Amino acid sequence: MKLIMAIIKPFKLDDVRDALAGVGIAGMTVSEVKGFGRQKGQTEIYRGAEYTTNMVPKVKVEVVCDDALATRVVEAIQQAANSGAIGDGKIFVLDVAHAVRIRTGETGETAL
Amino acid sequence: MILARPITRAAAAIGLSLFAALPAWAQDAAAHMAAPPAPVPNPGNNAWMMTATVLVLLMILPGLALFYGGLTRAKNMLATMTQIGAVAALAMLIWVTYGYGLAFGPEGNAFISWGKFFLSGITPESTAATFTNEVISEYVFVSFQMTFAAITIALVLGGVVERMKFSAVLVFATVWLTIVYFPIAHMVWEGRGLFFTMGALDFAGGTVVHINAGISALVAAIMLGKRKGYPNEPMPPHSLTLTMVGTGLLWVGWFGFNAGSALEANGSAALAMINTLVATAAAGLAWMATERVVGHKASALGFCSGIIAGLVAITPAAGNSGPFGAIVLGAVSSVVCFLFVARVKPALGYDDSLDAFGIHGVGGIVGAVGTAIVYAPSLGGPGGADYAIGGQMVTQVSAVAATIVISAIGTAIAITIAKALTGLRVTPDVELEGLDLGEHGERAYN
Repeated sequence: MKLIMAIIKPFKLDDVRDALAGVGIAGMTVSEVKGFGRQKGQTEIYRGAEYTTNMVPKVKVEVVCDDALATRVVEAIQQAANSGAIGDGKIFVLDVAHAVRIRTGETGETAL
Repeated sequence: MILARPITRAAAAIGLSLFAALPAWAQDAAAHMAAPPAPVPNPGNNAWMMTATVLVLLMILPGLALFYGGLTRAKNMLATMTQIGAVAALAMLIWVTYGYGLAFGPEGNAFISWGKFFLSGITPESTAATFTNEVISEYVFVSFQMTFAAITIALVLGGVVERMKFSAVLVFATVWLTIVYFPIAHMVWEGRGLFFTMGALDFAGGTVVHINAGISALVAAIMLGKRKGYPNEPMPPHSLTLTMVGTGLLWVGWFGFNAGSALEANGSAALAMINTLVATAAAGLAWMATERVVGHKASALGFCSGIIAGLVAITPAAGNSGPFGAIVLGAVSSVVCFLFVARVKPALGYDDSLDAFGIHGVGGIVGAVGTAIVYAPSLGGPGGADYAIGGQMVTQVSAVAATIVISAIGTAIAITIAKALTGLRVTPDVELEGLDLGEHGERAYN
């Protein structure tokens, strides 16, 4: 099993969700996060006081799937989240050792 | 219009009620004495002044509380709003105990008055003079003036929030009202008052309320010291949405403040009303335009700040200017206040947290001095044909300078007393965690 963690632009979330549904992904976890990479923050000005925020708001999507599907999931996210500008985000793929469905106690890929 | 002395006519009213209790033969005798009939308030004027009074209350809670609260950090939201509510309530009780007597009492001189402590002698029949032959109920006049004392001390807090102890705020407010607000209110608005007899123009309290509050906030902020981390740590407003809501409530309430200061529902109040609309509109746009000119974006906080700068500037000129003079005055005040808070304040380095001085003090001074100009009939103002701008300007500047001196010295004394009695600042831990938890044991947002 693989954990696919994608940091994307917030307004791309719906596109990514639709693309993942297209490759057969039935569930995901989404969180609002902040961070920075090549895209730096913006300048805010309040009555002349300037603050540079170096954290940019992003959305983190986490999906666990079986090994065979992982490549297609990564492709789907990469295409759906791409706007061609810096700050489109990153995708990370990690190995998952174990999974359990809490309600039934099923384990492994059947728990996904 | 120069403010006239609100002579109370309680004595006449009481006299009449005594006559009414006498037997018929005595009434005949009384008629021969030709006692003047007691003036009776016009219900229309009374109704307007009651409305104006609660409009000023609306400016404090929730208007100013939301305006200031939104500008602070989330951890100090409740402390800011609670301080405003508490000092306003305290001012109301002090006002009926001895404040009204010190400002508008029957005995007195150019600096202070006395008498009518605990509102003694005032009855529902008592009346207070307006600027014409009309009268309003004295209880209404006492209530209207009470809300002015309440909002002025609440405005001062804009310089000291996010670090001053709640107990120190209450001690400071008590001393400050007594030695600063009541004497200045007497000097500007009472017939024997120093500025009043000088002929200073202050329609609704530009000197008493705004210059006074602004200078006091500056002195208090300097004596208190900066917030921890200022100016290196970012301290952006936590909710400009609430600040915008507060701004709207302040603008609405300000009609009670300005148009109510005519003390009647008459043409003078009408002039104050239209000026309170157009000067403010011009100021809101002017602030945003200035932001663009210096290379920033036109901002929501800029709009709100401009609105307040315009309202402050038109306060002394509300019934003392034509509508187009008011537009110019509002716009000029907005530009000057912007330059002050965005350029001068950072250069000087003091921490007037919410710009109580930068907007109320500076805008109040622009308004008080500008009133001498816009009053001129040649510029559409209500001044007489023989009105001379230069002479009036000297009077206005003198009144402003005297107010600055009294406010600064009085505030220094009041802060020193508060420091001795309770200590001024919260502990560094409380300041770091927020005054909401440290001083009040609750959070604004859960």
